[in-house]
Amino acid sequence: MYRDSESLAMFRRTNRSDSSRQPYSPQTATKYSRLRGAAVSETICPYCAVGCGQLVYTKAGQIIDIEGDPDNPISEGTLCPKGANAFQLAVNPHRVTHVLYRAPYSDRWEQKTMDWAIKQIALRVKTSRDKDFTACDQTGRRLNSVRRVGSLGGATIDNEENYLLKKLFTGGLGIVGIENQARI
Amino acid sequence: MPGLGTSFGRGAATTYQQDLAHSDSVLFMGSNMAEAHPVGFRWPMKAKENGATLMHVDPRYTRTSALCDVFVDIRAGTDIAFLGGLINYVIESEQWFKEYVLNYTNASSMIDERFQGTEDLDGLFSGFQSDETSRGYDAKKGGWHYSRSDDGEPLRDPTLEHPNCVFQILKRHFARYTPEMAAEICGCTPEQLIRVAETLCRNSGRERTSAIVYALGWTQHSTGVQLIRAAGILQLLLGNIGRPGGGIMAMRGHSTIQGSTDLATLYDLLPGYLPQPIAESHHETLDAYVDSAAQSTGYWSNFRKFIVSLLKAWYGDAATPENDYGFSWLPRLDANYSQLASFDRMSRGELEGYFLFGQNPAGGGPNAMLHQEGLRNLDWLVVLDWFETESSVFWKDDPQGPPAEDIKTEVFFIPVAAAPEKEGSLTNTQRLIQWHDKARDPAGESRSDAWFIYELGKQLKRLYAGSTDPKDQPLLNLTWEYDFRQPPRLPDGSLSQIDGEPDLERVLQEINGRSLTEIDPQTGEPRLLAGFSELKDDGSSACGCWIYSGVFPSPGRNRSRERLRKHDSVESSWGFAWPANRRVLYNRASADPAGKPWSERKKLIWWDEATQKWVGKDVPDFEIDKSPDYRPPNGSTGMAAIGGHNPFIMKSDGLGWLFAPTGLKDGPLPVHYEPIEAPVENLLYPDQRSSPVVEMFPGPLNPLASSPTDEYPIVATTFRLTEHFLSGPMSRFNSWLNELQPEMFVELSHELAAEKGIDPGSWLTVQSARGRIQARAMVTRRLRPLTINGRVVHQIGIPFHWAFAGETVGDTANQLTSLLGEPNISIHESKAFTCQVRAGRSEQHRSPNPTKSIASWPTEEPVPDTPPHAQPEGKFKRGQ
Repeated sequence: MYRDSESLAMFRRTNRSDSSRQPYSPQTATKYSRLRGAAVSETICPYCAVGCGQLVYTKAGQIIDIEGDPDNPISEGTLCPKGANAFQLAVNPHRVTHVLYRAPYSDRWEQKTMDWAIKQIALRVKTSRDKDFTACDQTGRRLNSVRRVGSLGGATIDNEENYLLKKLFTGGLGIVGIENQARI
Repeated sequence: MPGLGTSFGRGAATTYQQDLAHSDSVLFMGSNMAEAHPVGFRWPMKAKENGATLMHVDPRYTRTSALCDVFVDIRAGTDIAFLGGLINYVIESEQWFKEYVLNYTNASSMIDERFQGTEDLDGLFSGFQSDETSRGYDAKKGGWHYSRSDDGEPLRDPTLEHPNCVFQILKRHFARYTPEMAAEICGCTPEQLIRVAETLCRNSGRERTSAIVYALGWTQHSTGVQLIRAAGILQLLLGNIGRPGGGIMAMRGHSTIQGSTDLATLYDLLPGYLPQPIAESHHETLDAYVDSAAQSTGYWSNFRKFIVSLLKAWYGDAATPENDYGFSWLPRLDANYSQLASFDRMSRGELEGYFLFGQNPAGGGPNAMLHQEGLRNLDWLVVLDWFETESSVFWKDDPQGPPAEDIKTEVFFIPVAAAPEKEGSLTNTQRLIQWHDKARDPAGESRSDAWFIYELGKQLKRLYAGSTDPKDQPLLNLTWEYDFRQPPRLPDGSLSQIDGEPDLERVLQEINGRSLTEIDPQTGEPRLLAGFSELKDDGSSACGCWIYSGVFPSPGRNRSRERLRKHDSVESSWGFAWPANRRVLYNRASADPAGKPWSERKKLIWWDEATQKWVGKDVPDFEIDKSPDYRPPNGSTGMAAIGGHNPFIMKSDGLGWLFAPTGLKDGPLPVHYEPIEAPVENLLYPDQRSSPVVEMFPGPLNPLASSPTDEYPIVATTFRLTEHFLSGPMSRFNSWLNELQPEMFVELSHELAAEKGIDPGSWLTVQSARGRIQARAMVTRRLRPLTINGRVVHQIGIPFHWAFAGETVGDTANQLTSLLGEPNISIHESKAFTCQVRAGRSEQHRSPNPTKSIASWPTEEPVPDTPPHAQPEGKFKRGQ
């Protein structure tokens, strides 16, 4: 709500000009919203499909607040309890921020690098695909498919990510078992 | 969804949420909008302020019921009986909108005389075939199709009198669904049903419109698609489709569930609702595939343009006319690869590797134990998520699971960017594509899902480089170049520190499409398409998803990012609604056959005689200069075959389908079948208790109580709370939400609680044929026993948000639900199944442990670049 916080700041500045005649403490007189000076990004609530608008405020690269976007024609600044929680969803002590790996039959996670993980995953995909790729079935019908590898999810990520996922997995690798939350 | 697609042409909500403010009445069924979509619910509330009547028909009394004028509680799984009762009432009381029905629906179309309905065949349609290995309908043999004249034109009876015309078939089909019969099945009174019917009739017609809102309470049934078909039939009879304040509003559950369906992370679809080719001769070559999938009339006659342009977008220069544009590289389906079928196979060890992109089947999958068994039987699993969800820690934290040393699965957990840490677009429940900006770089080593997919693609291309094996050619030829042309900047102007992030506006441009034969002088690249009308079938255009074309029509103009408010009803400059920024689908029907608004009050678009164009508040969902007087000459093809008075341009005949001659596997008309698990017989068709063509997944992990039994006499339904989301990954790691809704519970009536000796707040145990859960009892008057066919049936409600990972944990509703597939789309039946309830809990039952946080919350870190006096309240230390 940067438009509003600007006007709020203006109101405060106007007030301050005659603060000598007002019974305000110095703390009150100099107090202003922490949002002042923050960069504002327009975003959409990541929870349900209503599509509420949200404004994300950042300072020094940190998210300091997320609130409803008053301009969004669907939500007009309002959010439900989940949407109002978007800040804690993003800035959350439970978030995993490094790669974790669990070896077969192990009882613990190990921390790994992203570079290592993505190379290992690519190898797993290639090995499974090369073993499973079927050009034709027993009756001679063309398949060109990989049936023992699959993927699930898409409704909580972005459209472009869905497109890339389908393109790479089905169009590039021939994996047929690509699914998302639509059947859930 | 084929329920909407088969009726009207597109599988999407026909209207937009704000338009519900223009309704004169709204029927909520299978939706608890006030609690599940609270912000969307403000729009029907505005309608109520304007005098509209809101009605809620649901097994549970909820906040939606509390805010509606009318509430009818029905037994879970009987919605088609109720809707059938409404359809019966509308037809018998002759309150259907005659001019609309006659001109805009297939009411007058003649059906092949071999067709026989459920009246003739005791609950089955003609064409049913059953042997030991398969059960299903052969629509052709059953004669479900239109009768045609010798020159191929569909026969019509505009008097609607002929016994084989759709209207008469419909009338006979729903003759049994009298208010009395429907009420008996549903457990309500005939008067309650008639009140809903009368309210809808009174608020439909030239001057008034009514809307229907549904959500997962309708889809998660073995008859889910037909349920939505029944709503479609009702709205067509009342003349409410394509008109302001009318329509069917599908309230979807995830931020881009519509987009992920459109762009097709689904096994049976390619982007833009093109079928994934199957392993049959009619999909062997591109020509054969186009012949079988395209329609000769209506907008789908352009099908070849869509598939060729998709192949050009995927395979670039390697897609040539000589190689069928790489069509043979696409994998062919030889079986059902839906989530349910995949996990059924996975649980038997038939899959090797799997990816989870923000989905949590170990908690959210129906029959969670079977889904967990599936994950334990994989060789390798890649989980991309924010938190350690059930699906990533099943090997160590599942209290019901075997010890870790017995589980072979290798698990890679890839931490991904939070929503504000990446950019991209989301398609909301009303087809509105909205871009979201990136506010900061992803935390720690986390990366966007797009970064991961892009990088994985590059790695695989490297691993396969130089291969001449034909199987590797699609990957090697896949176009995969999305680098930023300039280093991306963050909102504060600083450079992003992430290497290798793909430029998702380039991806959206690929989705939008380009003309490959024209160079844009501004960019030196092929020209972006203004919309799908520019697509070509000769390989000279590339387009990743034809229905999204127009979203990025020129360089620098990402319409999903447009944010211009006009403060009118349509808000056409905020985001971009597919197709072609149309907000109300089929809006040609907002005008009468002559092209004039049905009424001043309900005008949306109309034919302007002066300019010879369709004009109005919304983008016309019609050829802009096709006169309402246009009548196709015999033998017309393509869009020329669609008359100026036929609003449903995606259908081969331009008409709304009361009767669906093609497109559905379980019949051309909806039928009330009991859920697979139900405590009573089918009163309408005693010989056909449940749907005959439901896909079953038999096995020791998935037993069903598939006939009424005293062992499981209680009806259970699952539901959503406002404060939690799905199986909990986005809410149960959040202390704010956990504080609001801290614990798993089961809701039941005072009567059932008394019968079972269950005190409010005490423990109870729920047992289904699959599994058992323990939870606290929430005893309310919001559920009440219903009398069905002379006996009392109890219902319980179970929230589905808890499982074994998170700050709050609990038993999982999905330990009770089953794996079975609705025949058209393989959705499960969690909204109606049977169980037994008893007081108390077992000491042997192993309960999950909450996840402990490694960091403190809230942090004591001050807001950066902010003086102490502007720090948020509560961060001041005492005395400062």
